This record gives sequence, C-alpha cells and structure tokens, in this order.
Amino acid sequence: MVGIVIVSHSQKLAESVVELTTMMAADAKIKAAGGMDDGNFGTSFEKIQRAVEEVYSDDGVIILMDMGSAVMTTEMVIEMMPERKIKMIDCPLVEGAVSATVSAVCGASMEQLEEELEKVAATKKF
Amino acid sequence: MADSKKVIQILRAIGSKIEEEKDYLTKLDQPIGDSDHGINMARGFGEVEKKLDDLADKDIGTILKTVGMTLVSTVGGASGPLYGSAFLKAGMAAAGKTEMNVQDFLEIMDTAIQAVQQRGKAVLDEKTMLDAMIPSLEAMKAEASEDAKTVLKKGVEAAWKGVEHTKDIIATKGRASYLGERSIGHQDPGATSYSYILEVISQQI
Repeated sequence: MVGIVIVSHSQKLAESVVELTTMMAADAKIKAAGGMDDGNFGTSFEKIQRAVEEVYSDDGVIILMDMGSAVMTTEMVIEMMPERKIKMIDCPLVEGAVSATVSAVCGASMEQLEEELEKVAATKKF
Repeated sequence: MADSKKVIQILRAIGSKIEEEKDYLTKLDQPIGDSDHGINMARGFGEVEKKLDDLADKDIGTILKTVGMTLVSTVGGASGPLYGSAFLKAGMAAAGKTEMNVQDFLEIMDTAIQAVQQRGKAVLDEKTMLDAMIPSLEAMKAEASEDAKTVLKKGVEAAWKGVEHTKDIIATKGRASYLGERSIGHQDPGATSYSYILEVISQQI
C-alpha cells in the first residue's frame, strides 16, 4: 500500500488531518509530520524523514504539505533519499489526504494516486 | 583570503551576530511573516556552533556542508531550507579546498545564491533575501580584481542598499505575499540576516 505523509507547520493540524482520514480509510498507512520536534510551529526535516521511513514500502510514499518551508523542507528530504520512490503533491491538504487514503487502501498505485490528486487540485468546492 | 581555520572563526562570529540581532530579526518578521526569523536563525547557528570544534581539521567544503545540513535540520522555518541549500551547495563548490582566494569566494557565493533561487523559486524584486544577495554578488563581481576587503566592502554596501529597497517592494513570495500591498514599508528579514552575515565576513577577513 502506498504510504502517505502529512507535513504542516502545526503538529496539531497534521495530526488532525491524519485523524480525519480514519473516518473513511482507517487502515491507510498515513503519518503526521507537523511542527518542530519540541511541538512548536515550524517544519522539521527529521520529523518528515522519520515519517517517510515509517510508512515506506516498495509501493512508494506521497507527501502532502501546507506552505512555504513545509514545501521546501519536504523537497530537501526527497532529494536526500534519491533511491526511494517518494513524491510530493501540490493539492489541498485535507481533501487530498482524504482522497489519497481512500485510494491507497483500495490498492491504487502511486501513479494512480498522483492522477487522482491532480483532479483534487483542480476540483472546485462549489 | 581564508583557510579552514578562518572559515570556522567567521562562522562563530556569524553565530554571535545572529544571536545579538535575534530579537530585531524576529521583530522584522512580525508584521510581514510568522515572527520567527531571529529565533529560527539563532537556533540553527547555535547548533552550528556546537559542531565547529570537530570541524577544525576539515576542508572548507566539509565545513560548509556540515553547516548546511545543520541549518536544514534545526532552523524550522523557510530560512532552514534556503540557507541550508546555500551552504550545502557552497560546500560542494568548495569541496577539497583548504584555502580560498577571492575568486573562489565569488564562485562559491554564486553557487550558493543560485541554490537559494532554485529552492525558493524566487527572482529579484519579490521582497526576499535575494534582493540583498543578487545585488551584493553583482557588486562584488564588478570589483573581483581588487583585494578581499575591498570586494567585501562593496558587497556589504550593495546588500544593505538591497535591504532598503525591499521596503518598496510588494511581496510576491513567502508568507509576506499574503499581505500583498500591505507588505510595503516593511524591510525583509531574510535580506537583513543575509546582510549581517556578509558584514561579519567582511569584518573578519
């Protein structure tokens, strides 16, 4: 199953996004990497790296994140693991997490997840 | 211009300067950012400081790469990946060197500033650290045949001029971009911290 990592400046926000996904996909391999190691606002390179390790398999990992340093730090984590199958995806964090976990549990490949998340990114709420 | 020992001395001085200006840098980040630039930079360079003793006998490339990795791991805000990438790429450009001259320094700075551009996907005039970095590099390159002190002096002048100019720019990158026109009048914290760093290098060489 494709693993999913949620990166946010806020530990609580990342954890809550993960919590929300259990409503529809309780068995998903998803991990929060929010805030700094001490719980303060920020993004932690090591926290993201650890989260990737925890949900990693040959099926790969996709990472969804909020803005700014979350994006840049995630990018650096991916660059430091060149041999791994990891992708960061640009889409709304909550909707993307829900869509990705449901699809991952249903057996979607990383490529299929990417396509779906592109649709999520293009979908208007109303 | 500098050997490994000198580079370590400069890094220590940068750490002290950042610590000294910590509150000021954070204050600059309050109206247009997330109020953490000084705190984050001081945390990162504080961790760098702890590693410097073990780096004393290493080449300049290794020293700079270690600084970069430490900043990436410990800063926590956008300046982590930005300065982190700058030092990492600078370290690659300085690999194996135990001594650098002005020409080497300018090449290393060029590589570092390109790394910031690539990481942040920003260009000149978006109210970012690049608004101090790019003009300072150009000013230094224009004086490349002069001695290190003169080159750095020109660089520092251009960097602070760049910082002044950030007050007139509407932010289009980073947190400040959410404020749009309301970001006018405020000076960019990242451009400011870079100018302090360059100023310290200029004082130490």
